Amino acid sequence: MSCTRMESRLLGYIDGRLKEKEQREMEKHLAACPACTVRVNEFRSVGSLLDELPQIEPSAAFDVRVRARIAAEPVKQEWWSWLGAAPRVLVAASMLLLATVWVGHRPADSTRVASSDGDESQIMQDQDLPVLENYDVLANFEPLTELPQPVSADDSSEQEM
Amino acid sequence: MARTDVQLMLDVKAGDEQSFALLLHRYRTPLVNFLYRMVRNREQAEDLAQEVFIRVYRARADYVPSAKFTTWLFRIATNLALNSVRDTRHQRMEVSLDAPVTVDSEEGDERPLDVAEKNPNIEEHLVQEAERDMIRHAIDKLPEKQRAAVLLHKYQDLDYGEISKILSCSESALKSLLFRAYETLRVELAPLVALRAKS
Repeated sequence: MSCTRMESRLLGYIDGRLKEKEQREMEKHLAACPACTVRVNEFRSVGSLLDELPQIEPSAAFDVRVRARIAAEPVKQEWWSWLGAAPRVLVAASMLLLATVWVGHRPADSTRVASSDGDESQIMQDQDLPVLENYDVLANFEPLTELPQPVSADDSSEQEM
Repeated sequence: MARTDVQLMLDVKAGDEQSFALLLHRYRTPLVNFLYRMVRNREQAEDLAQEVFIRVYRARADYVPSAKFTTWLFRIATNLALNSVRDTRHQRMEVSLDAPVTVDSEEGDERPLDVAEKNPNIEEHLVQEAERDMIRHAIDKLPEKQRAAVLLHKYQDLDYGEISKILSCSESALKSLLFRAYETLRVELAPLVALRAKS
């Protein structure tokens, strides 16, 4: 192994993160190369020097400030979360929804369901709806009672005879 | 058994604020230290660390445990630190030679040193502090990305895969970055290493 190739593995060797084969190659090279051995030792010394820097502790106010900022964060809500937060609104909304569905699906006129005349009579009934709405007025309209009664089919046949 | 970071974050996502307090407690010190070593200013480091936690909190609803929590956390921190260093580069000033000598600066007690103090180890303490300054200065001189790579590698116990994800580079590019950084540190700190070898 060349000294240049050794460079790419030097830190891995010091950290103990080389594969077994790489580790053996490295040790073989170091045994034969005093310059690289010196370098490895110097790298280790640098690592030890960096260990000497003490840690600092965050100030006492640090946690307080973070918590204060967290508390000041706007509460993020999903579009549906207000329902969970207000059960009464949820119940009212559900009832309104059920009522809307029920009104929308219930039969508009019970006579339509009960009718057995089929679709054709239903259409005719719909066409005569304005007349039917005024049925009471027409039925009790006196001048109409004075009109001659219509001649039935049976009557006309008798007259021909 | 302690809950993992991912479990805690999923609990935060489900609305458990106490789990967020646990994550804050777990990572406040490593995060502040990493940022302090990046920006070299305690107040700024704490402001940036706050921002990291706020961003994590804001992203809780969309959190998906696709990577390690620390990778995500330090990725946010590194991006904030790199932006901050780049933004304030022109403001950074060399420490004045006539600035008062301080003690325990890393512990946050930056009081000026009273030479008349009856401290039997005062000389030893001064030497130690001068050596630490030398180490800090060597780290400060590294280009920002190399500095971040060294700090993540040395102090956060993250593996190469994680660091490469944090820095958005390949693992081989990271190894090359780290080698160049440690090589610079080796040259910068050679006098100190030689001094230690003699004593």
